[in-house]
Amino acid sequence: MATAPKPQTETKSAEKEVLLRVEGITKIYDGTVKAVDDISLNVMKGEIFGLLGGSGCGKSTLLRMMAGFERPTKGKIYLAGQDITNLPAYQRPINMMFQSYALFPHLTVWENIAFGLKRDHMSKDQIESRVEAMLKLAQLTKYAQRKPHQLSGGQQQRVALARSLAKSPQLLLLDEPLGALDKKLRETTQLELVNIIEEVGVTCVLVTHDQEEAMTMASRIAVMSEGYFQQIGAPDEIYETPNSRSVADFIGNVNMFEGVVTVDEPDHVVVKCDECTHYVGHGITGNLGMAVGVALRPEKITLTKTKPKGEYNWCEGEVVEIVYFGDHTTYHLKTKTGRVIKAQEINNTRDLSCGLTWGDHAYMHWGDLAMIVLTH
Amino acid sequence: MNKITQFSQGLFQGNKLVIGIPYGWFILLVAIPLMIVMKISLSEMESTSISSMISWTNGLPTLKLNFANYQFIFSDSLYVKTFYSSLKYALITTLICLAIGYPFVYFMARAPKHIQPTLLMLIMLPFWTSFLLRIYAWKTLLVSNGVINNVLLSLHVIKEPLAMMNNSFSLTIGMVYSYLPFMILPLYANLSKLDLRYLEAAADLGTSPFKAFWLITVPLSKAGIIAGSMLVFIPAVGEYVIPELLGGPDTLMIGRVLWDEFFSNNDWPMAAAVAVVMIALILVPMAILNRAEASLEEGKS
Amino acid sequence: MSQASNKVFANGWMFAVYLFLYLPIVTLVVFSFNDSKLVTVWSHASTRWYSALMQDGDLISAVSLSLKIAFLSALMSVFFGTFTAFALHRYSRFRGRTILHSMATTPLVMPDVIVGLSLLLMLVSLQQWLGYPERGLFTILLGHALLGTAYAAVVVTSRLKEMDGRLDEAAMDLGAKPLQVFQLVTLPLLAPALVSAFLLTFTLSFDDVVLSSFLSGPGFNTMPMVIFSRARLGLNPTINAVATVTITIVSIAVIASSFYTSHVERKRKREMALAYSDGNK
Repeated sequence: MATAPKPQTETKSAEKEVLLRVEGITKIYDGTVKAVDDISLNVMKGEIFGLLGGSGCGKSTLLRMMAGFERPTKGKIYLAGQDITNLPAYQRPINMMFQSYALFPHLTVWENIAFGLKRDHMSKDQIESRVEAMLKLAQLTKYAQRKPHQLSGGQQQRVALARSLAKSPQLLLLDEPLGALDKKLRETTQLELVNIIEEVGVTCVLVTHDQEEAMTMASRIAVMSEGYFQQIGAPDEIYETPNSRSVADFIGNVNMFEGVVTVDEPDHVVVKCDECTHYVGHGITGNLGMAVGVALRPEKITLTKTKPKGEYNWCEGEVVEIVYFGDHTTYHLKTKTGRVIKAQEINNTRDLSCGLTWGDHAYMHWGDLAMIVLTH
Repeated sequence: MNKITQFSQGLFQGNKLVIGIPYGWFILLVAIPLMIVMKISLSEMESTSISSMISWTNGLPTLKLNFANYQFIFSDSLYVKTFYSSLKYALITTLICLAIGYPFVYFMARAPKHIQPTLLMLIMLPFWTSFLLRIYAWKTLLVSNGVINNVLLSLHVIKEPLAMMNNSFSLTIGMVYSYLPFMILPLYANLSKLDLRYLEAAADLGTSPFKAFWLITVPLSKAGIIAGSMLVFIPAVGEYVIPELLGGPDTLMIGRVLWDEFFSNNDWPMAAAVAVVMIALILVPMAILNRAEASLEEGKS
Repeated sequence: MSQASNKVFANGWMFAVYLFLYLPIVTLVVFSFNDSKLVTVWSHASTRWYSALMQDGDLISAVSLSLKIAFLSALMSVFFGTFTAFALHRYSRFRGRTILHSMATTPLVMPDVIVGLSLLLMLVSLQQWLGYPERGLFTILLGHALLGTAYAAVVVTSRLKEMDGRLDEAAMDLGAKPLQVFQLVTLPLLAPALVSAFLLTFTLSFDDVVLSSFLSGPGFNTMPMVIFSRARLGLNPTINAVATVTITIVSIAVIASSFYTSHVERKRKREMALAYSDGNK
């Protein structure tokens, strides 16, 4: 398995039809601030594409350029082959579900959903039947005459979705669609949202800062930072084979070891670090003596009180912190070099599984294929 | 927000109009008039048109400036005294408004939440009713055969009517009365947002309520205090109606002098010069006000 | 100080401030029903000054002029004030924004006499140059509209700041052209602010005496100008009667509107609470 960063080209895209093509798009504010830096991207028909990144990474700017609220400084945007770079927002067959919904407060649910249809000069009957269909789809029929402030958060979210789907857009943009809901409501709403989108079959671009949201909803994710894509891939690819230290660090929890390659064979490598020596069960595109990072997720570590056999893939430490999450527990162990490593144990019995407590001495070990070697 | 709306505005065809209309309006009615005042203040009484100030020498226009009006203002002790006394009354008014208004707002912000809108409306209500009529009302209260004197006389508290009218007392009362809402409103906007948890945190850390007031409430309401003070002070310096109705011969106010120069003496250049000096006097308070308002804005977001 | 005496002191202070604010107004109203020609000496109750008011031709024509000017200047103020507010709010970074902002604040803080004098000198120069405008209704209107624009701009700006900019974008996203966005979304949401700006600028115009005195021409006396000239001469029972009428109208309007606003606000809060519990079922 190659872990060196590969150029971010679309490998799977050839089979499917490209709906949205972004070519070398750049957005510079005030002549100096680069919000989006030369991004190219293909969104396939029917997929949910996630843009994931922290605040200020440029994901919203990219989305707003797709919607037509910002004009790119450089680059082109094509929708189904047509250049829409300079088309104003109101002429694009793209609709957006806004962050915190932006429902028109002076209009009823019915009027909110009909707003876009009325702009298209549809006949009264057509509008009516379309709105009714949307109300039904979003299970809002009995709230049709209410104003937005008379709805709960989840209902408002469904109105926003119905409104953005009413015009049957070719592309639906979702800006932090679950950001305004409380945690409990999120899970059910997320499922509802995905179900409706799949029922309609619309292509989506989803912007979020929440990796869980991106992982569960999107079929492909682009991790964004400082205006460019760090990695594009399916959720499991991004999680299990991040291509850089920063992606590994951004997605989920990770223990990062720094070391030097001491054995470089086609089927395995050995990386010597301060705390331990890693035996990696596959080759890498590096060479002997190269400085690399080794990323190891906490859930891939097993804790024992007895010393593991062999010289590779284990490390000893003292338990300095135990964080109980209910379904799992994270142990913080301090190694002899002074750094703290996190290990995560599933609580599959009702007593704490490995019986470790503060101050205990313990050993951590992991398998040959548990870690990722990172050269960037 | 700025960058968000940029592109969509670019689409707005009439955006030049949206800027151009208010710009033109204020240039015509604020900027040009103030420049004309400036120019006329530098002319002589008989030549108030602009063209008469420009003479042609060697084919080049030369501006004929005449500082006589200003020389007169600064050499005449009456003018100097009047400016001084205007500033004095404005300052006294501001301080009294602050002394009355600050505790009032402090108590009001601590009143039950549901009655606060009513309390605020009761402050605003006189503000909506005619200012002129309310000043006139004080006249009926304060004159020697006025309501207050009549009541006190009939209760035998005093034997002679008190001289409360046409002096610095009546002037100050009228000014405080008119400008108090201007102090209270920005202070309330500021203090009602003050998080009571700061005071609880201070108490928790062992600060006495009195100390907490000086260490937390007052510093946090600084912007409100400054904005309120300037909103009282600046118009008070140039007040005309109150000194005219409630003031006396000894209560010199510059607004009245300007009015008299203009309406009684018909000396427009002199009136303009007085106005220019007045503007110069309030420029610094205006700059302070702008900064206070900016920091109030920041506090909001 | 104990908690209780604190409370007494606070309530006493607030009561004293309200007394200070309302005592003159109450006196004014009470003595408007005084029969005596001496305003401050009570004889017995009568409505004779109200009847006198009905006969007072000067005052009645002044009131009608004032109403006319107040109405027109309020319209102009809201128009220009809205443009100013949009320019200041939306185009937050155009060159010269600071200049526009300071020009728009000048009429708010500058003493009336300076605003009046400068406007008059400008209008006189204009008249020397163009032969227009003659001093009268139009010039007063211009002065009041200037003052009103500054106030209306403040009211509309504060509403614009509260408004969610995303609503405009949502409308555009759904296919509304810029003008439709303004008409279908911005304007309806702005309407309450425009109404209060209108009422405020109407009141300001109806109340102004200084600008009117500078800008008026012969034969154009507004109600405050008439009252002012009478008040300068001394006490006059007709003023009490005028005051009572104005105060009554204004109080009813202000109290009614504030009750209405708080009623709407309460209803809205109730509905929101209801929707929240409804959605969590």
